[in-house]
This record gives sequence, structure tokens and C-alpha cells, in this order.
Amino acid sequence: MTDHKKRIPTQHIIGFFLSITLTLVAAWAALQSDLSVRWIIIGIMALAIIQAGIQLFMFMHVVEPESQGGHIPWNMMFHGGVLATILVAGSLFTMSFGFSHDHDGDGHNQQEQQEEHSEMEDSTEHSGH
Amino acid sequence: MSSHELKTGPLEYRTEEGRLTILGFWIFLGAEIVLFATLFATYAVLFGRTADAPSPGELFEAKTLMIMTFMLLTSSFTCGIAIHEMRRGSVKGLRNWMIVTLLLGLGFLGFEIYEFIHYAHEGATLQSSAYWSSFFTLAGTHGLHVTLGIGWVTLLLIQLTQRGLTPKTSRKFFVIGLYWHFLDVVWIFIFTSVYLIGMVV
Repeated sequence: MTDHKKRIPTQHIIGFFLSITLTLVAAWAALQSDLSVRWIIIGIMALAIIQAGIQLFMFMHVVEPESQGGHIPWNMMFHGGVLATILVAGSLFTMSFGFSHDHDGDGHNQQEQQEEHSEMEDSTEHSGH
Repeated sequence: MSSHELKTGPLEYRTEEGRLTILGFWIFLGAEIVLFATLFATYAVLFGRTADAPSPGELFEAKTLMIMTFMLLTSSFTCGIAIHEMRRGSVKGLRNWMIVTLLLGLGFLGFEIYEFIHYAHEGATLQSSAYWSSFFTLAGTHGLHVTLGIGWVTLLLIQLTQRGLTPKTSRKFFVIGLYWHFLDVVWIFIFTSVYLIGMVV
């Protein structure tokens, strides 16, 4: 590695400013902007994923030659991420979608009707998905 | 463990033991992702089920949240600088930047404790509703990891003054560095999907 002798850790400084900026943009989008809730959620989740990438590649040296080009670290993080996505999306899919939480309908037979019903009744619970 | 020690490259990668330990730590981090994913999934499923307790939108404060987030982001940065200094062979740089990291971590923890006490006073505790149970479990598990990290860094700093920079101590610092950055990654997702979404919805 050539940058061991460098006095100024350029990569870290760039990464730091990027993550501060992304955090501010996310906070602004959520708290100040006029975007719809759906777009805010999509937008800030995308920003979070980019920021996680900055941490991994700029701070944690996921792919440096000493760790065999990061073959195993990268695999661990990538598959961890895939599992996390499956866990969260799968849980929401099986536990929340198509059902309202107020137990006043026939449940699974009327999924679509329930969905419409619950969207009108408690939009707060479903807009998070 | 290793019969041959490399003469070049970062100290922490020079022995086979060092390389394998770092590799093992990446596997541990992979498992940590899954651990937090289960807590995030629970939180997502229980979102909105606050029963009679206050809603997150009423309790979350943007100011405290931003201070905590910037503290942890900065601590991740200073931790990166510490490892950078370590690779330049500077014990002093490593120690000083690690102490800064430690203080920022303590500050973060202080704010989190203050926050939790505040919520409890407002009637949102682990027992008050399904939503708040999942919230405190998720944020609390992260806080516990930070606490653990602070203890770990403290012990390593003591070891550094006693033993100096060897392949062993630098491997240990490199590993705690990975751990600390990882905590920041988890916090980014808590910041976004718990706090920001909690305030928007």
C-alpha cells in the first residue's frame, strides 16, 4: 500500500464530508421538504445505503490488497446485506401487507378489500412499507 | 502460529494469526448484520402499534438526533484517522485520535441515556407498547454495542501504553476500528429508518 506514508488521509476526509452532507440532505428531505412520504422514505433509504457504502469502502478498507483484495470481507458484507433485506422485506410481506391490524374483517379471504380498507383507515401504518 | 513473519505491509497483516483474526472478525460482522436485521424487521412489523403510549412523532427530537448522529459520524472518522496514524507507525497519533473517538462515543452514549430517560418520563417504556418494546430493543442493542466498544477501546489503550505497537496490538486496534465503523453503519440505518421515518409518518 502506498498511502501508509501519506500524512494527510485524503480518503477519510472526503468520506467524512460526504457522510456529513448525506446526513444533512436526508434530515432536510425528511423534516423540511415538501416531498410525499413515499418519496421521502425511498430517498432517505437510498441515502443511507450510499452512506453505508462510504463507511465500508472509505473507512473500513473492505477491498485492500492485504486482505486478498477484500474477497472475504466483501462477501461477508454483501451476503449480510442480502440476508438483512430478505429478513426485513420478508417480515413485512408476511406480517403486514394486505392485513389491517384492527381485527374487524375476515382476514385473509379479503386481502385486497382489506388493503383498500386499511389504506383509507390508517394510512400511517402502511405508508412505512 | 505462523513461522514466517512478513517484513512489509501493515503490521496487523504480517502474521498469519493477524490475517486470520481480521478475517474472522469480518465473519463476525456478517453475523452482526443479521442480528440487527432481525431487530429492524421486528421494529418494522410493529411500527405504529403504540397502543396508549405516545407516538414516536411526538417524542423524537430533531436536535438531539442530529447531535447524536454527528457525534457518532465524527467518532467513526477520528477512529479511521487513528488507524491511519497507526499505519504510519505513530503511537502518539493512534493514542490521541483513539481518545477523541472514545470521548465522542461517551458523548453519544450520554445523549442516548438522556433520551431514553426523557421518553420514559413521557410514558414510553419497554413495557408500554409493542412499538416501544421494539424501539428500545433496537436502539438499546446498538447502545449496548457502543458501551462494549468504549470498554474495549479503554482496555486496548492501556495495553498500548504497556506494550507499544506490535503486530498483536496493531491487529487488535485494526479490529476495534472495524467494529467502530460498523456501529456507525448500523446507526445510519437507525437514524434513517427509525428516527427520520418516525418523524415523517
